[in-house]
Amino acid sequence: MDLAYSVEHEAYRDEVRSFLAKNKNKSPGLGFRDGTAANDWQQLLIEHGYAARTIPKEYGGAGLEADILKSHILAEEFAHAKVRPGHSGDNRIVPVLLELGTEEQKERFIRPTVRGEMSWCQGYSEPGSGSDLASLQTKAHVDGDDFVINGQKIWTSGAKTAHMMFCLVRTEPDAPKHQGISYLLIPMGTPGMEVRPLRQMTGDSQFNEVFFTDCRVPTTEIVGNRGEGWYVANATLKHERGGLGDPNQAAGRFNDILDLMKNETVDGRRLMDIPSYRDRAMALQARIFAMKFNGMRVLSHNIKNEEPGLSRWIVKLQGCELNHQTASLAIDVMGELGILYDGSPHIRDQGMWQHRYMMDLGLIIGGGTAQIQKNIIGERALGLPKEPKFDKPI
Amino acid sequence: MEFMLSEEQRMLQESLTRFLASACPLDRVRKVADAEESMAEDVHRGLAELGIPGILIPEDFGGVGMGFLEAALVSEALGGAVAPVPYTATSVMVPVALMAAGSDHQKQEWLTKIASGKTRVAVGVTEQLGRRESAGINASNGRLSGSAMFVLEGMEADVFLTADSTGALHMVAGDAEGLERTKLKTIDRTRSVIELSLDQTPAEVLPGSVSNREPLLCTIDAGRLMLAADTLGAAQTMLDQAVAYAKERRQFNRPIGSFQAVKHMCAEMAAELEPCRSLVWYAAHSVRSMPEEARLMICHAKAHLSEVGQFVARTSTEVHGGMGFTDLLGLHYWFKRIGFNRQVLGGPELIREEAARVQGLVS
Ligand SMILES: Cc1cc2nc3c(=O)[nH]c(=O)nc-3n(C[C@H](O)[C@H](O)[C@H](O)COP(=O)(O)OP(=O)(O)OC[C@H]3O[C@@H](n4cnc5c(N)ncnc54)[C@H](O)[C@@H]3O)c2cc1C
Repeated sequence: MDLAYSVEHEAYRDEVRSFLAKNKNKSPGLGFRDGTAANDWQQLLIEHGYAARTIPKEYGGAGLEADILKSHILAEEFAHAKVRPGHSGDNRIVPVLLELGTEEQKERFIRPTVRGEMSWCQGYSEPGSGSDLASLQTKAHVDGDDFVINGQKIWTSGAKTAHMMFCLVRTEPDAPKHQGISYLLIPMGTPGMEVRPLRQMTGDSQFNEVFFTDCRVPTTEIVGNRGEGWYVANATLKHERGGLGDPNQAAGRFNDILDLMKNETVDGRRLMDIPSYRDRAMALQARIFAMKFNGMRVLSHNIKNEEPGLSRWIVKLQGCELNHQTASLAIDVMGELGILYDGSPHIRDQGMWQHRYMMDLGLIIGGGTAQIQKNIIGERALGLPKEPKFDKPI
Repeated sequence: MEFMLSEEQRMLQESLTRFLASACPLDRVRKVADAEESMAEDVHRGLAELGIPGILIPEDFGGVGMGFLEAALVSEALGGAVAPVPYTATSVMVPVALMAAGSDHQKQEWLTKIASGKTRVAVGVTEQLGRRESAGINASNGRLSGSAMFVLEGMEADVFLTADSTGALHMVAGDAEGLERTKLKTIDRTRSVIELSLDQTPAEVLPGSVSNREPLLCTIDAGRLMLAADTLGAAQTMLDQAVAYAKERRQFNRPIGSFQAVKHMCAEMAAELEPCRSLVWYAAHSVRSMPEEARLMICHAKAHLSEVGQFVARTSTEVHGGMGFTDLLGLHYWFKRIGFNRQVLGGPELIREEAARVQGLVS
């Protein structure tokens, strides 16, 4: 147990801090990451090794050796300075391309993605296939040099603005369900593809339905071999799951609640002075600390290349739940003010807490539902027996 | 940056777990509980051979001079085995009090005796946290009168550490005049708790605690940390037992662990409990390494472990069905130990209020 950083890492932290102090004003602010200002910022960060750290130089990254602690320090310092951090392109697709893409695919896709000039959407879920993703029905058959795709995707976040989709389709209808899937890369706007936005409970329309009617993509736009798509996709799910439920996010939001409770009043009393609210805040703070330290434990194992076990399996479930509870507390302490939305008079923090309360519920469902997480924890971490299967053939 | 146990700490855990598995199986615990004995002498002696009573005591005074994280690991192991032995009071709270407020002479005298395991000191400070009925102790002219309730490890103690109404700490010999002990029966028969009555009883004040509440507060912090760790160990055992039972027990021609209702109960217990381990470690590590954070972290550890412990205790019992409710399986020893830890030295609501105060959030 030693929470001190090495001299090298302390020096790195100082270097990042002074960079931030000098360049903070060039940062385009938090929020969505498209636009030239965001891309210029990303480019500056890559040049300094603060974004796309481990992506090879030949594909537009900083080409540095992996150093989990340095990445952690970067995240901490950017969050602390409230400056928009850099990214590694898209943590779902870039690692997959690096690992399994052809040289030509790497050349063509990684650089623009890392620079922020090319964005992606994930075409996995279908109306009939959510948690049971491997039952997906969207089909592709080969005709000449093309795959011809027919079917429908749903809940495709960002499909309206994305340039590309990575997509799972069934190419081998006679194979067992996990072995009949292929992983394709499809330019958005390809003829035969139609995107229809879906309105979410928040009022936004980030996700969409995507319909394919005889949509053609060259057979070269496959990652891995035909029928291997499920295994390719699992590589990405791993990366996505790692990101959902980041405990530092809940910790940051909790500090905002403390400020809110110190400043907001009811009947002239500070919210913090109402014992039942204070009690809930303290109960939540304990949970947040516990998850934060759990995160430090996972990190320490990762640094040593040791398997963190259970402490890692619980992060998505517990982290997303904590975010949701954090938003719930903020709303409850605000009472009626907490229900204001959509730019209403008297609104606080632009209605952010209600928005998060809904969004965080979405994230409890998306990326593997809470119930699926519990299955995974039960079966993989605790070794409990699986349920009997009632699969019907595809 | 390395947030994990060292090799030595893992070895300490392993050797303790091994020792307790052989010296303190459930049968041994039952004997103590059924005979209403205050402790398992043989287990205590074995722990003394491993140096446990002197875990925190510096080597100069005959101890092994380890830190609070090691002390918490011991507590976790004891909770895991529901070991009926004195520890929290005599091996942790009292040494902390003596080191914080004892005179050189007192340290020399008491710490060496405690480290050997031959002298056991109980702690009665409940009134400083929440006075019930008319309990409370007053000091005048070196003598103490009044009563202290819920004195921890009181039956088997040779000496008592107690606080007077000002918060000053006193050592009182177990056979001093005017001292009486009344056994209090609690749900948890693996712990001994008494009511201590004093009537003009001679006592020795710890000079550093006169007009200075800090030694008292550090003593309470240390106790809370140990109870939190004890709950961690006890809850982990209950979870392990639930998982093992869910794999083996069959109904409807399949293991009950393949039913999602049961699987999810287990997953929820694991998901709640696993981060608690990190919280306890961090709190324990902070006592010496980040003392400005320690009180807050200990409050959170004690309150949060109380909540998660309670959840695991009831859920694990449910996973076991009727068997969980019987004496046969003995699961209830852990259930009760967790229930005991929750109330002693402050229940969760009370401690959360303190967590808010520590951060200056209460006006
Ligand atoms: C905000 C958000 C963004 C998303 N973005 C994308 C995206 O970009 N691309 C994409 O492809 N998908 C996306 N999704 C879809 C997401 O992956 C699915 O919603 C999710 O996997 C659940 O599938 P489903 O909606 O079909 O629900 P279902 O699978 O039908 O689940 C319904 C209920 O049944 C439960 N359930 C199902 N199976 C089991 C089981 N075996 N055991 C126990 N309970 C079970 C679920 O937990 C849930 O409570 C997004 C979803 C959300 C909410």
